[in-house]
Parts: sequence; structure tokens; C-alpha cells
Amino acid sequence: MGILVGKDTKVLVQGITGRDGSFHTEKMVEYGTNIVGGVTPKKAGQEVAGKPVFNTVKDAVAATGANASVIYVPPPFAAGAIIEAVEAGMPFVACITEGVPVSDMVNVWDALKGSETRLLGPNCPGVITPGECKMGIMPGHIHLPGNVGVVSRSGTLTYEVVDQLTRAGIGQSTCVGIGGDPIIGTKFVDVLDLFEKDPHTTTIVMIGEIGGTDEEVAAEFISKNVTKPVVSFIAGSSAPPGQKMGHAGAIVSGGSGKAEDKVEALTKAGVKVAVTPTEIGSMVAGLVPA
Amino acid sequence: MNLHEYQGREIFAAYDIPVLRAEVASTPDEVREIAARIGGTVVVKAQVHAGGRGKAGGVKLAENPDQAAEVAKAIFKLKIKGWPVKKVMVAEASEIASEAYFGITLDREARRNVVICSAAGGIDIEEVAAKTPDKIVRHLVNPSTGLTDAEALDIAKRVYSDEKTAQQAAVILSKLAKIAKEKDTSLIEINPLIVDETGKVIALDAKVVIDDNGLFRQPELEKLRDPDSETKWERMAREKGLSYVKLDGDVGCVVNGAGLAMATMDLIKYYGGNPANFLDIGGSSSPGKVLTAMQIILADKNVKSIVFNIFGGITRCDDVARGIVDAVKKGKIEHPIVVRLTGTNEEEGRKILADSDVKVTPAVTMDEVVQQGIRLALQNKIAAAS
Repeated sequence: MGILVGKDTKVLVQGITGRDGSFHTEKMVEYGTNIVGGVTPKKAGQEVAGKPVFNTVKDAVAATGANASVIYVPPPFAAGAIIEAVEAGMPFVACITEGVPVSDMVNVWDALKGSETRLLGPNCPGVITPGECKMGIMPGHIHLPGNVGVVSRSGTLTYEVVDQLTRAGIGQSTCVGIGGDPIIGTKFVDVLDLFEKDPHTTTIVMIGEIGGTDEEVAAEFISKNVTKPVVSFIAGSSAPPGQKMGHAGAIVSGGSGKAEDKVEALTKAGVKVAVTPTEIGSMVAGLVPA
Repeated sequence: MNLHEYQGREIFAAYDIPVLRAEVASTPDEVREIAARIGGTVVVKAQVHAGGRGKAGGVKLAENPDQAAEVAKAIFKLKIKGWPVKKVMVAEASEIASEAYFGITLDREARRNVVICSAAGGIDIEEVAAKTPDKIVRHLVNPSTGLTDAEALDIAKRVYSDEKTAQQAAVILSKLAKIAKEKDTSLIEINPLIVDETGKVIALDAKVVIDDNGLFRQPELEKLRDPDSETKWERMAREKGLSYVKLDGDVGCVVNGAGLAMATMDLIKYYGGNPANFLDIGGSSSPGKVLTAMQIILADKNVKSIVFNIFGGITRCDDVARGIVDAVKKGKIEHPIVVRLTGTNEEEGRKILADSDVKVTPAVTMDEVVQQGIRLALQNKIAAAS
């Protein structure tokens, strides 16, 4: 059990015949994810990892009853793929694609309003409920079923933290990568709210980074709405101002977005903020009920 | 990607936003010729990707062509926030009755573009926003309708009390919104937007930043990239799909993923070292990418050791290991290298390194790889000094 995805999630892969799409479809199937099919325009009738390919999301949903979609479509077509899923009434969509134009995401967000769809990403590793459903690109074997909810803007830094937890024998309820872009569908507060309400999550780990004010907004939310203990780390305290650090969203500009401000806001909200990325595991170990 | 003022001005002109006569020059002689062509008083402006040009002495008035060449000579010698001045723009000077600020950028919280205007222009808009927020007009742009003419006029009227001025400014604002939409800008800004002595509204400056993710569909803008705005190594990194930022320390870093790369730098600082760079080799890493990464890092002569912190997901540890062996052999690299390989195919990766005759120090944890990297950088430095 966990949030967003579980053993009842029937996953559709958009862009299933592409290089990344086909590779990760096999990995997800290996992990035990219930992949029900995929979509690539004009490729209906083919199979990938033994799963049927459809021309449109609508066709795929009608044939398979898919209730979640993961997108590996290249950047020029990613926004279109998200909107197609929204129009087909898909309840949950995770967009892995990196490099989607920001103006496309403004239009996507407009299309999402008033719809039934929750979007995760883009430019994210996806989401995994260990032992049940892996929907994305994270290495499955480092995860362990358990009760710690992990939410992060980063991909590999999340793996590092999850690995520390698993090595310490601490399992995870669900790990959510929300993505590093300026515009993303699901933010820290959305996931924090889900973890707070999830009976299987006892402790929350939140990994932030420099840029934007989402961590400050999350701190405000935590102080008002979250009763479960939260451990956090903010990456990028050593980054020079004005420089983009890989993620399009990770930039300190005009005095906002600094690591120290985020740390201060979180500390004030009662969050235990790790000084180094390598002490997160042991900090969580001290909080998890035996 | 940042555009220079003269490039932004050309885009403004192409969309019929009123701008002053101007040309771009690379030498004082060219400046003299342009000033003579324009006639009268001109302003010579350094074309660099940095704010505060005026304060740094990069913007000067000149009353005649000879004086223009003279001030240009001084401007060409400047370094503004580290950027050498390679080009200047020579523009017709104008009488200024008032200065305003008009810009459009992304509001991350609202997930929409926001129009920001202020009657207090010509100065740092962030300062205006912090000190006198009531002087700022903000309007979120609805993506399904775009900025309508009525909205543009309403915004302009909140900046200008004079009806005729507001109408001119509204037309300019509509055009800015059109450019923002058609050119994938993440920031488009006129500061100052002036009213001259005849009552005409003119864009006196142009700041345009293009969303890097939108560049694939803006090939004509990609051509405007200033080769001097990045070093050879930064260009090499960008072309090979690596994210690289040079810093001033001595511990070189090769990491997969931006978050882990930042966290690695943070940890180096925490343990008293100094990172030489930020480098994210990205998701699918071929051995070739690792070779490029090492070449880029070793071009920096400050680097005394190299740390590899790899958490394999899509990135395969065996690919990275092959890349390291290749690079060390081909590049005859003598720098101490510490490698932590974990995640996808970690066993294979470690075996490749152990079986090769390439000398690298293995590390298991992130703490260990960072501490070893700092120690080896220090040792290398001491050895070089003695």
C-alpha cells in the first residue's frame, strides 16, 4: 500500500515503441508492474514485452481499462501526449520526458484544470510503491516495502537516499519524484497531503533543491497540516548564484531560491533538516517506530 | 539562452515595436562610422550578458563621431562582471520625458506567464518590487486566450494616466506577448520603455531570454548564440548533452543526475574541500560521454583530483567504468581518481576497473568518495609544491 500507485494500477506506456519506452517497459514488467499496453501512433497491432500497442490512448483505455499512464515521448510531442491522456480521462499520468518547452507546460496546465487527471512531472523519475508498482525509470531493486514516504525534485539523489534507507532496513511506502522543471503537475504540498492521509506512511522524507519557492510553500503547509515527522535535505547550498545547475528549475536568481532560506523555513516548520545528504538514512532511522 | 540587447532590438523591430536607430560595432572605427551615419548625439552601449552595464561604465553618451570612437575604445577595454566587451551597440540618443518598465516572464506558482509593468522604470525592477510593491502592476496571461487587446490597454492605463500614451504602450505590450508566445521566451523585458519629448513611446532597451527547452523549434534563434558567451569547454559539454558549470575549486566531479551532482558539491564543501565544477553526465551514459567529461574537467588546471559519484539507474555502471578506463588510457591522465559505482550493473563496473591496469581508488559510500577525493587533491597539491 502507499499513494498514487499500487497493485491495482493498470499502467499504459505512451511512447512504448521508442528506445527509452521499450527498455523501461521491460524493466517495469520485470519488477511486477501491471503493464496493460502501450501507445504509439500508427503502430497498433505490434507488441512490446508481450504487451499490445494501440494507436491512441482512447483505444488503449477502451481495450485494457488502463487507469494510469507513463510517458516516454520525445520533448516535441510530450505535451501533446499528456493532453491526449487528459482528454481520454486518464486519472493519473507520469511524464518522464526531459526537455519539454515551458510554454507547452503552461498549455498543459491549462488543459489539466477542471479535468480528472493528476499529472506527475515532467522531467521526473516517476513513482514507485515498492513490491507493487514501479511506474518510471528508477532502479527497482534498491527499494524495500515499508512505511517511509519519500518525495523529491531529483532523480539520482532520491536513489541515494532510498538506498541509505533500505541498507538500514527501513522500507518505503511510496517514493515520488516530482521533477526538476519550473512547471510541474504535482508539487511537494500535493504529495505531503497524500502521505499525511495515507495510513501506511508513518514518516516522510522530502528532498528539495535550490530554485523557486516550493520548499518554502511546503514548509508552510507542513506547519499547518502535517502531523507525521518530516526529514529533509536541500541540495545546492554550494551552487553559485545565477547559474543553472542542470535542472532548469535549479537556479538562484534575484535573491530567491537560496538553500539557506529553504532550510530556515523548513526548520521553523519543525522539519529535521539534514546538513549532509549522507546522514538522511540515520536521521530517519531515529524516527521510525521499531 | 540569453540574447544581446542588439539581437533583442532586432526582434522588437521585426514586430514593429518602436526602437531607436542603432547599429552594432566591434571596433572604435566602426563606432565612428556608425555615429556619423546616425548623426547628432549617440549612446554607446556594451553588449554583454550582464546587468548593471551603466554602473560599470559600459554605457556612454557621445556628442560626435570622434568622441563616440573614444568612449568605445574605453568600453572595449572593460570586463563587466567577468565578461569582456566584444561588441557595442551605437544608438541614436533620445530626450527622455519618462521611464517605465514592461516585461513578461513565467510565474512558477501560477504556472502561467505574468505581465509585470511599472511606472518606475530605468532601475532594477526587483528593487522596485521589494521596496515599493504598490508601484508594480501584475497580470497573469490566460494561455487559452493569450493577452487580449482590452487587457493590454487596461494594464497600460494603470501605468500611464495619459490616454494617448497608454494606447501606444498597450500596442507594444500586445506585441511583447506575441513575441513571448512565438519565440519561446522565458523573459522578455523593456527597461526602460520611454516617452520622448514628442510623446512617442519607445523601447530603449531589450532583454530577451529564450527557454533552452524551446530552442529545438527556434533554429533562427539558435544561430544568435554568442560564441564568446561560453568557453570552448562549456560549448563542448552542451553539444555532448552534459551539464557543466565551472567553479573555482580543485576537486573535479563527475556525477549522474543534477540533484546528486549538487549534493556531491555540497558534501565536498562540508568536508572542507572545494569543488572544481558541477557536471551531470545525464541519463543514458555512453563510455564516450565519460571521456568527454574527463577532457572538460582536466582542461581546468586547478583540478587536482577527480571524484566519480555514480548512482546507476538508466546510467549503467559498466558503461561508466569502460569510459574511465578508456579516458585514462587515451588521455594519459595522471590525476588521482576516486570512483564510487553503485546501482545498475555495479558489480560489472567494479570488475572492469579492478581488472584493468588503470589506477583508481574505489569507494563504496558517498561520504567515502568525497573524503578520498579531497585527501588526494591535497596530496597532489603538496607533491606538486615540493
